[in-house]
Amino acid sequence: MAESTPSDTPLTLEVFTAGLWRENPVFVMMLGLCPTLAVTNSVINSLAMGAASIFVLVCSNALVSVLRKLIPKQIRITAYIIIATFVTMVDYIIQAISLDLYNALGAFIQLIVVNCLILGRAEAYASRNSLGKTVVSALGMGLGFTFALVCLGGVRELLGASTLLGFQVFSSNYEPWVVMLLPPGGFIVLGCWLLLFNWLKQRKTTKMIAAEEAMDTTRQIETS
Amino acid sequence: MTDTDPKQPAQQAPDLPSTWRLVSTLSIVALLSGILVVLVYEYTKPIIAENKRLAIERAIFQIFPDAKSTLAFRIEDGQVVAVDADATTGEIVHAVYDQSGQLLGVTLEAAAVGYQDEVRILYGFDPETQCIIGFKVLKTAETPGLGSKISTDPDFLANFNCLQAQVDAQHGGLCHAIKTVKHGSKQHPWEIDAISGSTITSKAIGRMLNGSGQLLLPVIVDNLQLFRDAYRSGAVDNK
Repeated sequence: MAESTPSDTPLTLEVFTAGLWRENPVFVMMLGLCPTLAVTNSVINSLAMGAASIFVLVCSNALVSVLRKLIPKQIRITAYIIIATFVTMVDYIIQAISLDLYNALGAFIQLIVVNCLILGRAEAYASRNSLGKTVVSALGMGLGFTFALVCLGGVRELLGASTLLGFQVFSSNYEPWVVMLLPPGGFIVLGCWLLLFNWLKQRKTTKMIAAEEAMDTTRQIETS
Repeated sequence: MTDTDPKQPAQQAPDLPSTWRLVSTLSIVALLSGILVVLVYEYTKPIIAENKRLAIERAIFQIFPDAKSTLAFRIEDGQVVAVDADATTGEIVHAVYDQSGQLLGVTLEAAAVGYQDEVRILYGFDPETQCIIGFKVLKTAETPGLGSKISTDPDFLANFNCLQAQVDAQHGGLCHAIKTVKHGSKQHPWEIDAISGSTITSKAIGRMLNGSGQLLLPVIVDNLQLFRDAYRSGAVDNK
């Protein structure tokens, strides 16, 4: 935007990896939960939704970043019509690639337009940063989003249909947990993944505190 | 109201861009968006149409494995008219022929709302036996493992070995309305035995077949000779 100040921080690997893990859109920021819960009943749906979201996120954020100095602050949100443009484009492209996939994803392709991850990144990052950083960050965020969708889709498809990417995994003796393919299954699996992520985060924090305390104790001994 | 410090300079309102700049910026963004959408639409339009045509063609040859060629027709105000093979609007009927040009049957599209969204199918009708002899799902968003069983459950698909859809004597509808009944309680050849746990989708199939059958099958039966003659007089789309 005309009045926004570009960030002075350099383009580092951290810009890319932040979205993958430390600021993962689903597991940390809890953004875009509607498609996360709705389409993750199979891995292929998760991958397709992830790819569509990456396309829209990268293209729209890149354009917002390029135009940020030209678009007056007062009409910046209106200018985010750019997002709808790329969603419409991805809608046609998926229909051209596979009608089965398009039917499986249903209305959730069009609903990418209201995914708060994409609008949020446009407003909070793309409108304040250079094109290079914006594209790298958007790619990281998009891949992080896809990673989260596949995590959910993999568990739900495995337990709910005993398949993975359509290939049979368990023997015919296994009775599929159909609930995993239904909306409650989405909430249960998301809850389990969040539990795991928070536990990993907590364990990391505890280790860091313990390491700092150990260093402090060493320093005190050395001083005395 | 707060007292202003006379030593501080008066706070100035931020400069607002001119209306012309706001309007021109939004116009440029909208123009750019429009161009991008139109370019992608024009590029993908023939590919999407071809995908749809292939999906229907695949479904026809799965319902009628002995089929060798098809001709497309449209039902307009109770009349059957020949159309191009890639026609998609209106009630499209595909007449299906074997190697020797004998009419094997016709396929029609039907749709109804299922559990999640609209379910659209292509079903085959054999005019000799007056039976619906199979269907293929063209569009569905039903729950995988539940509603999606309509395409895979062998017991459910067995309903369509010959689902009776006999046209009544007045050619105003079907003798018996096609309906879906509770799993295990099928008694008549015009009833569909529902899938246990997928009742809503099973009922949607029954509803759409009955709706389409009551309306279109009498027209099909009235025009059987037209379908037979069309093969001899016109070119066909070979497999």
